[in-house]
Amino acid sequence: MADLADAQVVDPGVDDQIKKLTPERIQRTIQRVIKQESAARLKVYLQTCVHCGLCAEACHTYLSRDRDPDYAPVAKVKDTLWEMVKRKGRVSPEFIKNAARIAFTECGACRRCSMYCPFGIDIAYLMMTVRRICALLGVVPQYLQDTVNSHASTLNQMWVQQDDWIDALIWQEEDAADDLPGLRIPLDKEGADVMYSVIAPEPKILAQLIANMATIFNVAGVNWTMPSLDGWDNSNMAMYSGDFEVMGRVERAHWERAMQLKVKRVVMGECGHAYRGAVYDGPKWLGWKEPPIPMVHAVEYYYELMKSGRIKIKQKIKEPVTVQDPCNIIRGRGLHDKLRWIINELCEDFRDVDPRFEHNYCCAAGGGVINCGPNWKPSRMKSIRVKAEQFERTGAKLIITPCHNCHSGIEDIIGTYKLGMHVSFINELLIKCMEMPEAAKEPA
Amino acid sequence: MYEFVRGPLVWIAFIVFVGGSILKLFWMYLEARREKSVLPTLSFKYGLRSLIHWMIPLSSRNQRLHPVVTLVSYLFHVCLLVTPLFILGHAVLWEESWGISWWSLPDDLADVMTLMVVFGGLFFVFRRIIAPEVRNVTTWRDYLMLLVVIAPFLTGYLAHQQLLPYKPMLIIHIITGALWLIAIPFTWLSHMLWFVFTRAYMGSEFGAVRKARDW
Repeated sequence: MADLADAQVVDPGVDDQIKKLTPERIQRTIQRVIKQESAARLKVYLQTCVHCGLCAEACHTYLSRDRDPDYAPVAKVKDTLWEMVKRKGRVSPEFIKNAARIAFTECGACRRCSMYCPFGIDIAYLMMTVRRICALLGVVPQYLQDTVNSHASTLNQMWVQQDDWIDALIWQEEDAADDLPGLRIPLDKEGADVMYSVIAPEPKILAQLIANMATIFNVAGVNWTMPSLDGWDNSNMAMYSGDFEVMGRVERAHWERAMQLKVKRVVMGECGHAYRGAVYDGPKWLGWKEPPIPMVHAVEYYYELMKSGRIKIKQKIKEPVTVQDPCNIIRGRGLHDKLRWIINELCEDFRDVDPRFEHNYCCAAGGGVINCGPNWKPSRMKSIRVKAEQFERTGAKLIITPCHNCHSGIEDIIGTYKLGMHVSFINELLIKCMEMPEAAKEPA
Repeated sequence: MYEFVRGPLVWIAFIVFVGGSILKLFWMYLEARREKSVLPTLSFKYGLRSLIHWMIPLSSRNQRLHPVVTLVSYLFHVCLLVTPLFILGHAVLWEESWGISWWSLPDDLADVMTLMVVFGGLFFVFRRIIAPEVRNVTTWRDYLMLLVVIAPFLTGYLAHQQLLPYKPMLIIHIITGALWLIAIPFTWLSHMLWFVFTRAYMGSEFGAVRKARDW
């Protein structure tokens, strides 16, 4: 049985919306997704599963909740898709409510279970299919739906208006120029080597990260630019809500802006899901095999700048540090070795996690889970005990993670489990540790 | 009765098994074409890399976390595939009917391998009952499937040892064997057909697209 407290969480996006559902609409929607939108993968996965339960070991929700069998990945499929298929879509609004809770809040689509299934069944994809059904029925946790509404009307995740965007960039340019006189954030520079794109929470609440990055680009002497118009946001919550039409629109806008600026590469900030959206989930929905321009994650880019000597390190962080491997760039891009190389360059005392690399536990915030809003936080915290224990074992004081969702999720974990640690992005450390040019040292 | 099961029934079973499998594979190909990115993603190199890592026992982390299940499952599947093809009793039939002869297993080894399938199957039944995460997703169909798989091996063994009346046991053996073959394309026993493809696809997505390892 699911945890009673979780089943009673109030969420208007789910509770009010299921009241509007009719049996016909539910059936029509489920049949549409299963029969028309899905093809080989869904059908073969459902036929191949022998119900062996070996995926259970993969799931942080299952492990954190004392191995309650209802939280095993296969059980989540059983309580959602299996029933929908078996009953040919004839399920009740209450069933949809339960399915939405499971798919949106008890699974982060981190794809660890896909690595533990002997057949390689992509269980996260099956959960995304459930989210798709819920989204088409209009049943999506309210906070998550709000970010999707923002994507749909502003093409960014956080209702950032055009003038706010420019204002944030100018503000950060001025801030960064305090330390590095003459620094610019070049806007819409055609043919630049690099277009830098960020996620909307950066201009909205973490603007300092933009100044940090501007400093890094300027010190390294990179020919770079940022777009002044829509398409600057590379994040994509619609990918996680199941609103794939909006997801496709957001990804297309981002890539079209890059094409219009005729840049050679797109470098993105420290975010995991944005990488996934831009590099595979988005292109897959749009029918592209790969993005039109190479996408470089911040971790790969820092590695390139540091390895080639364009950024030099003058001092190291002394306190003990550990790392959170974000699912979308480790399981999703194999950047674990580069990430560790960077950390070892920046820090004296690095203590690795176990399990690590592709096998690392999810932060329980990504995959849209943290975006489901504060009402779901107690549930999320119950699902992530293994992560807290894993960090505690390292004995580190600082957790480094190059992902926004991991960052927010880990702040919650530290607070709830009283770990007495703090979290940092790489660029915050890089700014402290890197060598600044002579000019910067002169008084302005 | 014996004449019927020995002749037409075996024919029917083979035709349904082979024909059904071919149709299923063809259907999967058509379905895969409907998803624009599935076939272009498939990569021979990374598909094979993944298959190798999941076919060598204990070479993936999840296999190491479950050494007993891995070992039993490995022996179970090898014996299940090899024994029916190379047991002497069947080799004689191939030779009588088609005039083809091939290498066959020594009698004692074949006995051990047959029992391995039976006990492996019982182990899976036992696991479904005692492991909560498996019991939770098990229905009567799963037990029925295991029975369908174990039955031809158990009856074959009993017939061979002649512990029970030979002729009736032989008839039951052929009937259960036919049922097993017929069930493969239409139940979750079809993982026999899909395994290579699901594994190769996941391996390709991990290797070619995500530059990561999936074991």
